[in-house]
Amino acid sequence: MSEHAIAWTVNAHPRRDRVEARTSLADHLRLEVGCTGVHLGCEHGVCGACTVIVDGRAVRSCLMLAVQADGACVTTVEGLAAPDGTLHTVQQAMREAHGVQCGFCTPGVLMTFAALSSDAAKADEQAMIAAMSGHICRCTGYQGIRRAAKALADKAVGSGQGT
Amino acid sequence: MSWRAGPSRRSIALKPAPFDYVRPASVREACGILAEAGGGATVIAGGQTLMPLLNLRMSQPFILVDIAGIEDIQGVSAVPGGLRVGAMTRQADGLTDALLAARLPAMVMALEHVGHHQTRNRGTVGGSIALGEPAAEMPATAVALGATMEIASLRGIRQVAAADFYLGPYMTALEPDELLTGVIYPHWPEGHLILFREVARRPGDFALLGMTGAAVLENGAVARIGLAWFGMGPTPIRMVQAENALLGQALTDIDPDVVARLAVADAAPFNDHHVSAEYRRTVGHRIFRRTLREAFGLKEAA
Repeated sequence: MSEHAIAWTVNAHPRRDRVEARTSLADHLRLEVGCTGVHLGCEHGVCGACTVIVDGRAVRSCLMLAVQADGACVTTVEGLAAPDGTLHTVQQAMREAHGVQCGFCTPGVLMTFAALSSDAAKADEQAMIAAMSGHICRCTGYQGIRRAAKALADKAVGSGQGT
Repeated sequence: MSWRAGPSRRSIALKPAPFDYVRPASVREACGILAEAGGGATVIAGGQTLMPLLNLRMSQPFILVDIAGIEDIQGVSAVPGGLRVGAMTRQADGLTDALLAARLPAMVMALEHVGHHQTRNRGTVGGSIALGEPAAEMPATAVALGATMEIASLRGIRQVAAADFYLGPYMTALEPDELLTGVIYPHWPEGHLILFREVARRPGDFALLGMTGAAVLENGAVARIGLAWFGMGPTPIRMVQAENALLGQALTDIDPDVVARLAVADAAPFNDHHVSAEYRRTVGHRIFRRTLREAFGLKEAA
């Protein structure tokens, strides 16, 4: 059983932590960092609720060890909105499209959309819809989420850039 | 009110059995650790299948060897006779790789079906291949395309044909002190036909069954073919009888129904809590027939 020092960035704040090797990134984010917007549903990579952005990519925080985040730049749903509370483009799109029902799957969906729409080249509707196969919404509120994806894609085409 | 976790809460969150974690910087260092551990070590690449197994304590290594920091097992490169995909190449990176797209579209097609977007961002080609899940796309595609496994240990480097690599469910020819460092796919000529179809409940779910492979046509006849099943037996299964029946055949002489029967005859499907072996045989026959027709442009029998 080994313990490790990690130096990483969470939501733009550099941090140093000591983690036990077997601690998952999701548990560490929730219990030590306090990012409880990282939701744990299935804990084996199927439901998508725990999705966070690690070095620009949407990944499952339940399928990664905290120690593997050493040196990484991690963004959770808490890091999306501006410090003054202004919503991130994907949050605004989900809000306007009624893409939220109970809200359990929402943080994960937001992180996938945020990762995909941060790069204008990838922000197409098909890619976002395809990536939604990695999220389960038990309210079955998929139509609102689809509308949000479409709005984000239209916006990316219109402005020539993502968020 | 902000909620702070106490020590008792923290212990609840630890699901895997305790292990040491090491992140070697070279293949040699990794092999040294594996050799010393005498079977007590497990390699983690992307971890997308291993993490749940650790959480469920179905896997309880003493040492977890993270190979993500090893440079020379990342990425795709041209080698004499084909392409080498480094074992640590992330599936998402394989999907956007220009060499793979140009030279091995049959492999890229299979890669698109591995897991979800989010798991492909961490999951690796080598991890999927070394794990040997019977219903996975990557092992069967390696078998179908005639790939060779590049395996390192302190004893040296050896190569094993994909066809000889899979021994049973999650059982491969890898010894406990060995590391899969790369997968070498032989050259398939430009314009090779892709024969791929998968049946799953939802895109990204584990396949109930599927077929993968490639074919080369010359002068209206099958000049080269490599086909394999996944989810149709304890390992990926090469469709030897169907390949032999197709090789050298003029397209006009091919009866897809007959070849599909031969293809299913090589499979050894099983009952599980998803579907029955009979379902797999029936659907396998149909997807084979349809895929062959579509790839070869054959007309449907009246």
